[in-house]
Amino acid sequence: MYQFNFHSPKNIDDAINIYNSCEDPKFLAGGMTLLASMKQRLIAPSDLIDLRAINNLSEIILNKNTIKIGALCSHYKIASNNIIASKINKMIKLASGIGDPAVRNMGTIGGSLANSDPAADWPAAILALKCNIITNNRSISSNEIFTNMFETCLDESEIITELDIEIPEFFNYVKFPNPASRYAIVGVAIAKYENKVSVAISGASHTPFIAKELSEALTLNFSNNIPLKTIPSDGLNQDIHATSEYRANLIDVLTKDALKAY
Amino acid sequence: MHEISIKITINGKTYEKNIKPNLLLIDFLRDEIGLTGSHIGCDTSQCGACMVLHNDSGIKACSILVAQLNDKKITTIEHLQKNDVLHPMQEAFRNNHGLQCGFCTPGMIISAISLVKENNNPNEEEIRKYLEGNLCRCTGYQNIVKSIEEGANKMRELGDI
Repeated sequence: MYQFNFHSPKNIDDAINIYNSCEDPKFLAGGMTLLASMKQRLIAPSDLIDLRAINNLSEIILNKNTIKIGALCSHYKIASNNIIASKINKMIKLASGIGDPAVRNMGTIGGSLANSDPAADWPAAILALKCNIITNNRSISSNEIFTNMFETCLDESEIITELDIEIPEFFNYVKFPNPASRYAIVGVAIAKYENKVSVAISGASHTPFIAKELSEALTLNFSNNIPLKTIPSDGLNQDIHATSEYRANLIDVLTKDALKAY
Repeated sequence: MHEISIKITINGKTYEKNIKPNLLLIDFLRDEIGLTGSHIGCDTSQCGACMVLHNDSGIKACSILVAQLNDKKITTIEHLQKNDVLHPMQEAFRNNHGLQCGFCTPGMIISAISLVKENNNPNEEEIRKYLEGNLCRCTGYQNIVKSIEEGANKMRELGDI
């Protein structure tokens, strides 16, 4: 790992001021992707700004029909939280399927969203859910945040502080994990609200995306009788783990699997 | 780059040091304070041989900076035995031959304790799932699972949960 300066601000304003005064800084949450990338010398920030000393970013609060999840909540904290268990139960399964226990103890939901890994689990789930991503200066709808592979619409010095998730009638996330990394070769998130169903896909493309035809079909008729092959394999990811045709087929298979829990 | 001063408590002993910000916990443990019980098996966060306890939870010492642990407490494999008596999980690994070459064992034992602190009565399936971040190239895991079952029972009997 290359050298860098390290900062541990106590509040958001300090974190942003430090960011703006550095040459090529990065915010650090759990570090489960960032530190691994730095160890491999894929990136070399001049400064790391650790956000974990900032208070009040790791709470989970139930409001009337929404749940607020602090950006610094670890995957383990979410997986073992009673509010999540009673209101969006399948999120427990999602959170306990990320990486391994040590990764889940350190890695955070805010970090996962800001990193915008197309094969990560939270981005697809958050995209399917009606969710606002609250930052230090605005609220971003989840269908606007992911712009490209490892890219979001966040400004450089913008920090996610919490997620505000509308509790769905039904939610599920099913993935076909890479056996070594546990990242999704394909993952399917389904969120059903009174008047709208959204199906979001991870792992299959350069960014998580909404499966439009599947979402529309399920909005009209929420059943296992889904239209097949609505996502063309052209343009889907293709690598040593799976061809694009295989991934396109997995989308149908996993969507049906996810609906079985309804 | 600027050195930073940190205070970290390892196995009950507090260290105040100036360190380079890019110092990983595993290198601090092994090279700076001579605690070589935690091993480096892969350096890519996959094998779990470097696991240590932080607030009773297992974390990988190869994937965290000492700088992130200012004012925090860490327990390593060296601090599990008390007054020359093995920790019940260590004893269970010994009883069940839960190791062959022993390289992964410190991480396995730390991970097993982390599991029991989360779930004091894990079944076989839960134990196997929890070990997904710990690799063993010798045993085939059978005796490791048996060891953890016995260790969990003993920890429960002793109220160490």
